[in-house]
Amino acid sequence: MDILGTLRDLGLESGFAAFFLTDGGWKNLIMILIAFVLLYLGIVKKFEPLLLCGIAFGCLLSNLSYFVGLGENALYHPELWEAFLDEASPYYHSYGHIMSNAGLLDFFYIGVKAGIYPSLIFMGVGAMTDFGPLLANPKSLLMGASAQLGVFVAFFGAVLLGFTGPEAASIGIIGGADGPTAIYLTTKLAPHLLGPIAIAAYSYMALIPLIQPPIMKLFTTEKMRKVKMEQAREVSKTEKIVFPIVVSTFVILLLPSTAPLVGCLMLGNLFRECGVTDRLSDTAQNALMNIVTIFLATSVGATMVAQNFLNVSTIKIIFLGLCSFAISTVGGLLGGVVMYKTSGGRINPLIGSAGVSAVPMAARVSQDVGRKYNKTNFLLMHAMGPNVAGVIGSAIAAGFLLSVFG
Amino acid sequence: MDDLVNISIANAGITALLGYVVVFIGLILLMAVMMIMGAIMVSRAKKAAAAAPAAAAVPAAPAAPKAPAPGTAGELKLYDTDPRDAAMVMAIVADTLGKPLNELRFKSIKEVKEDEI
Repeated sequence: MDILGTLRDLGLESGFAAFFLTDGGWKNLIMILIAFVLLYLGIVKKFEPLLLCGIAFGCLLSNLSYFVGLGENALYHPELWEAFLDEASPYYHSYGHIMSNAGLLDFFYIGVKAGIYPSLIFMGVGAMTDFGPLLANPKSLLMGASAQLGVFVAFFGAVLLGFTGPEAASIGIIGGADGPTAIYLTTKLAPHLLGPIAIAAYSYMALIPLIQPPIMKLFTTEKMRKVKMEQAREVSKTEKIVFPIVVSTFVILLLPSTAPLVGCLMLGNLFRECGVTDRLSDTAQNALMNIVTIFLATSVGATMVAQNFLNVSTIKIIFLGLCSFAISTVGGLLGGVVMYKTSGGRINPLIGSAGVSAVPMAARVSQDVGRKYNKTNFLLMHAMGPNVAGVIGSAIAAGFLLSVFG
Repeated sequence: MDDLVNISIANAGITALLGYVVVFIGLILLMAVMMIMGAIMVSRAKKAAAAAPAAAAVPAAPAAPKAPAPGTAGELKLYDTDPRDAAMVMAIVADTLGKPLNELRFKSIKEVKEDEI
């Protein structure tokens, strides 16, 4: 037996050698460092840790196991998914081909590709969300609508920067500040951009307490920020039960492409409110949500292979994502200012910034900034109205973009 | 289709504007639906509230004694004591004794007036 030859072969087959011997192997090293940074941000800085830890580890696993030309032991195979999307390939839309050659993370990714995980996450979000503040003040929906400004401005900006229509739509939706919606739309329109878009969306959502307050200060006066809002009316149980049924019926008929997201969001909410499905509500908001989060985060992280991630587009996406978030905040605040003026100063415009979705972080920011200027002010429940309206608004924006570019 | 993939700047501008308008229209229509729904619910609640005093005027049959719920230590009787004050008293007693509240049984709480001391 040629011991030295065997050892040499083992060495050459190892990932350590692959860093230097394969085409672009050094890029994997950079991606591994990026994964470490993301793990640090998730664990130490607590930036959306439930998602960022999974995304970072998925990124780490795929870049440890996949090298160009050495895909045998890879957990995720980008070339399989390229063939899946290539109309000229014999494996176009062939899940059979994927499954017969897949690594573990390819299997996980099927749930993202089929749009299953984002919809299930939305079901959990629905089961966790109290739409009472929105029902008590339906005008909040206007702030949720105006806070979608960043989606369309970033879409336009992305086209200016040279992205295609579907890519620009996927980048724009980062401004909806809704991770599952961004993942859902990107998977349908520009799956090759999923990694950077998911990272941008979740990172900026975690940074909302830093991004929003200066903008809130800039677009409102001190007098506006001090407005104390009246107690909202009490919402009956019947209203809360009827709400998800009405919203599903109305929004899905209006924009059928929103059906998976809005349908699951409202199904989860019906479980919560109807009073006879407590077990299902509990499962949707805890066990199911946690399981799906693990699969979603790791498989999204796995798409961050060096060849897809390390390029100029990623930098543009990170920049456009930040603009999108900031402009959405401005849109929500302007909506709030208009409502302040039309209501005779009874609505505090700070709650408008919560229209960017990112439940409940954005509403908490409104509360914190409001209390800074008036210690007796409790804006949280008022801000939850535009906040949950933002979830519906971003789903409608995604549905519109999907129906145009899908 | 190729027009949409390689979208022109003018078309992108129109699409962005149209998209924003669609979001607004969708949510305004939803707002109208919710306002109608809210108005119906509020008027029903008002009718029910108006009907309630009439029903209360009819003398009700004496209710059967209610059995305490399983796991509870029966009902607490309050004499001249507000339920909030009673809750505070119970919390203070539990804290002073260092015992969890669910391991203590309060049978009655009575306010002792100054002239009764």
